[in-house]
Amino acid sequence: MTSLLDVSDLRVTYSGSAGDVPAVRGVDLALDPGDTLGVAGESGSGKSTVALALLRLLPASAKVTGRILLEGEDVLQMKWGRLRAVRWVGASVVFQGAMHSLNPVKRIGDQIAEPLLIHELVGPARVDARVSELLEQVGLPASRRRDYPHQLSGGQRQRVMIAMALACEPRLIIADEATTALDVMIQAQILALLGRLVRETGIGMLMISHDLSVLAATCDRVAVMYSGRIVEHGPAREVVHEPAHPYASALSAAFPKIGDPGSRLAPRGLPGDPPDPADPPSGCVFRPRCAVAETVCATVDPPLWPVRPDRDGHADRYAACVHVGTGPGSLGHAGAASGSGGMSGPGGASDESGTANTEETSR
Amino acid sequence: MTTTPTEADEPTGAGTTDVPAPAGPTGLGRAAPVATYVLGRLTTAVVSLFAVIVAGFFLFRILPGDPVRAMTEGREVSAEQREELRRQFGLDQPLWQQFLDYAAGLVRLDLGISFQYREPVVDLILERLGPTILLAGTGTVIAALLGLFLGARAGWRPGGRGDRINTAVALFFWSVPTFWLGLLLIVLLASGRGFMPGLFPTGGMVSPSATGPVETALSTARHMVLPVLTMVAVIYAQYLMIMRSSLMDEKGADYLVTARAKGLRDALVRRRHAVPNALLPTVTLIFLNLGQVVSGVILVETVFSWPGLGQLFYSGLRVPDLGLVQGLFVVFAASVILMNLLADLVYPLLDPRVRP
Amino acid sequence: MNSPTGPAPAAPAAPPDPALSSRALARRRRREALVGFAREYARNRAGLLGLGLLLAIGLLAVTAPLFIDQTHLTITGAPGESHEPPSWQFPLGTDNFGRSILDLVIWGARVSLTVGLLATFVSVTLGTLVGVTAGHFGSSGGVGGRIVSTVLMRVTDWFLVLPTLVLAVALAAVLPRGTGTIIIAIGLTVWPPTARLVRAQTLAVEARPFVERARALGGGHAHVMGWHVLPNVMPVVLAQTTLLVATSIIAESTLAFLGMGDPTTISWGGILEAARTAGAISAGIWWYIVPPGLAIAVVALSFTLCGRAVESVINPRLKGQS
Repeated sequence: MTSLLDVSDLRVTYSGSAGDVPAVRGVDLALDPGDTLGVAGESGSGKSTVALALLRLLPASAKVTGRILLEGEDVLQMKWGRLRAVRWVGASVVFQGAMHSLNPVKRIGDQIAEPLLIHELVGPARVDARVSELLEQVGLPASRRRDYPHQLSGGQRQRVMIAMALACEPRLIIADEATTALDVMIQAQILALLGRLVRETGIGMLMISHDLSVLAATCDRVAVMYSGRIVEHGPAREVVHEPAHPYASALSAAFPKIGDPGSRLAPRGLPGDPPDPADPPSGCVFRPRCAVAETVCATVDPPLWPVRPDRDGHADRYAACVHVGTGPGSLGHAGAASGSGGMSGPGGASDESGTANTEETSR
Repeated sequence: MTTTPTEADEPTGAGTTDVPAPAGPTGLGRAAPVATYVLGRLTTAVVSLFAVIVAGFFLFRILPGDPVRAMTEGREVSAEQREELRRQFGLDQPLWQQFLDYAAGLVRLDLGISFQYREPVVDLILERLGPTILLAGTGTVIAALLGLFLGARAGWRPGGRGDRINTAVALFFWSVPTFWLGLLLIVLLASGRGFMPGLFPTGGMVSPSATGPVETALSTARHMVLPVLTMVAVIYAQYLMIMRSSLMDEKGADYLVTARAKGLRDALVRRRHAVPNALLPTVTLIFLNLGQVVSGVILVETVFSWPGLGQLFYSGLRVPDLGLVQGLFVVFAASVILMNLLADLVYPLLDPRVRP
Repeated sequence: MNSPTGPAPAAPAAPPDPALSSRALARRRRREALVGFAREYARNRAGLLGLGLLLAIGLLAVTAPLFIDQTHLTITGAPGESHEPPSWQFPLGTDNFGRSILDLVIWGARVSLTVGLLATFVSVTLGTLVGVTAGHFGSSGGVGGRIVSTVLMRVTDWFLVLPTLVLAVALAAVLPRGTGTIIIAIGLTVWPPTARLVRAQTLAVEARPFVERARALGGGHAHVMGWHVLPNVMPVVLAQTTLLVATSIIAESTLAFLGMGDPTTISWGGILEAARTAGAISAGIWWYIVPPGLAIAVVALSFTLCGRAVESVINPRLKGQS
């Protein structure tokens, strides 16, 4: 079966007056119909660039290479006409729409109707009915379609964005920081709404957020990005609760887990800043901020290795860290480290990084 | 929509009721902000108009020292005649009395008597209002359409070839004095000397030989070509620059990414989404710059002997006929203020965000 | 005038060479800023073209008495016949009195440039004063200050809306005729945009921490405005000044064309007025009309190009637009 979305070796480089700046450096993602995949990372990690690259929405200064198969068809090879036809019908986007993603001088009904008319999915006579249907589907009364965006609250605007994204019944929805600007209550409502729509319609969803707890609540699987790369990837629950990569564990610790008294005392944040993408450090890019970095990390830039692989070397979780068990063709050092990894498991490694991290930040 | 089980974990309604008054607020609730808004704008306009009246008095009665001397300089006028003129203009009264008379006259639409024409200034103005509105209106509308159209194209691809050419041409026309452009057009297309035949009349509004409405209209149109061309050339440039820069401000807007993601063609993204937003600041600035249109009209009418207010102003200046110039000063300033008031009242119709 | 960099904002955290006095350091920093500005400016080709043209025209205007015989510019001392077309002797022909139009245009640059620059100086001074005062008291002056600020801005808006030319012509008509009147008439009418711009910039500067520090240390209004705000609004004022010279030169020629100029001096607008009065337009004597107007257009365009170049150096957001 073809996957809904299959991204391999996606690279995005912005060329500017200061030279070329890589924003995404080889990302692989796959999503089956009905699946939900979360992409986490702090700002500047390239996660939003990935989202925009999927429909080629990046500015002309961005050079995109790799392969983006949307239902088996490579988005990067499409002609403009075909690309326009695929946009919103093959995949639509829920932008961080609270404020600026809706046109301020157009009625929301007209904005929802626009893709329907552009793609000629519904005759002009049926458009009004369809818009009302969509609004009701996201919990807004149909009468609000004559409103302008500024007349709605942030949560309502986000609902409008969702209704708009559903308009053409796409197979894939990309939610780019869809709940970021909202307060916690509204955020929960929107997440529940998105979750329900995915369950009811069986569409795939790629959800992008800096908030790992949001992804844990909504997604089946989660990928953690750091400096343009995926550093850990696996089932949401595992990645959030027992992260294998030191960065993933720092990110996980940055958000308190409800019902976990320890998290109140747990350190938040990470020392230092993300690396300058124009001038990344040698070896593992996370090294300068990593509490468990070793000398080898300055020379080895580890690929994604399976975490706790079965006898055939397969795993449902992968992480890019020398502390994580062996991958096929692993380096000598990593092989040595795998001895303990195999015994105590990467969970031990992550615990270790967690404590080390505590010391680092409490200083 | 019926309540589905999943609705339960959403506090239903919270999202839809956290903004008050979704539709049909009470009549009073709707009318009050409108009234406040309109009243505020009206007050501003009235204060501005009053300031114009004071400025007119100050400029033409106080600043010249003795207006009669200023007007009769270099003419053979006896002392008795001067006294007579003084009485005629009420200059023998104390200043405050003069101001009250002048202000009261304005309220009665009495702008005084023209020294040069020996006629009420109001009559002179009314006589020439039509030609000026015809010329200024045509010129402004064409210039606005042209400027907005070209500006929207230039601003959409800043730095592109179309933009560079458009901007260069606009900057050139902006740097050219209006009256000189008019003179050049006359020499080139109307004088009939040199290498070009005289395609258009050198001045005036209708040729005296024209009879009947059709012939008059055609003759007027022919007389209008060069003046309108001059006005458009000089005014369109600033409209272009304003539209260009406000479109460039919109270019990075998030809603344009949304529009693109929906599968809209580039031209549609620009026309349907970017331009309507960029128009808002542009319209404000266009109205703010209406004074420039007035300046343009004065010069174009002077150059082309167009029988309008601008030419009247020029003829008043040459004498100088201070009563006439004062009256026209008030009329020009007041019309610009009134147009701005109109713009303020119309603006909310364009921008839903400021709709009271 | 104060140094363009200003003292407080960039106080050196660690002087590279302790032997250097702070004054020498400030001088060096100023020089570096200037060099950086020049380097950025030099990247703008249109700006360089404008600057080159202006330098050439300025040089011609200043040295004109060395190669133009002033008696040839009088009606009685005119060297040629009336309305001679261009020839070797008179490259741009002669006017109705037989004077060389090339000489007239070169000589006219003196008045046009002088009036343009002085009128700009008047209006920029006025605009900066109003803008800084309105901005400063608007952000930190209590109730009284806010009233002052509001009143100033209302007056500015009033002037902004009024037809500039009508106001300038009216002033020129009622004041005694002369070059000074023209300068005043233009200077008093074209300042409002500068005031608005400077006010906005002042508000931005006053929001920065060093101004707050100065105020907390007991700096009075005059100190804050003169010592901290003014140096920091100067770059914007510079760009605005350059653009305004173009406006002023066009305004000068317009007033002269409408007969408001000083009839005893030669200016570009004055030449065009004379041409019109002499019937050169309907007679099609193009060489009487084209050169003065072209001179105005070239000078105005050059100032505009320079102003835009300065603007794009100061405000990097505008880069790549020209």
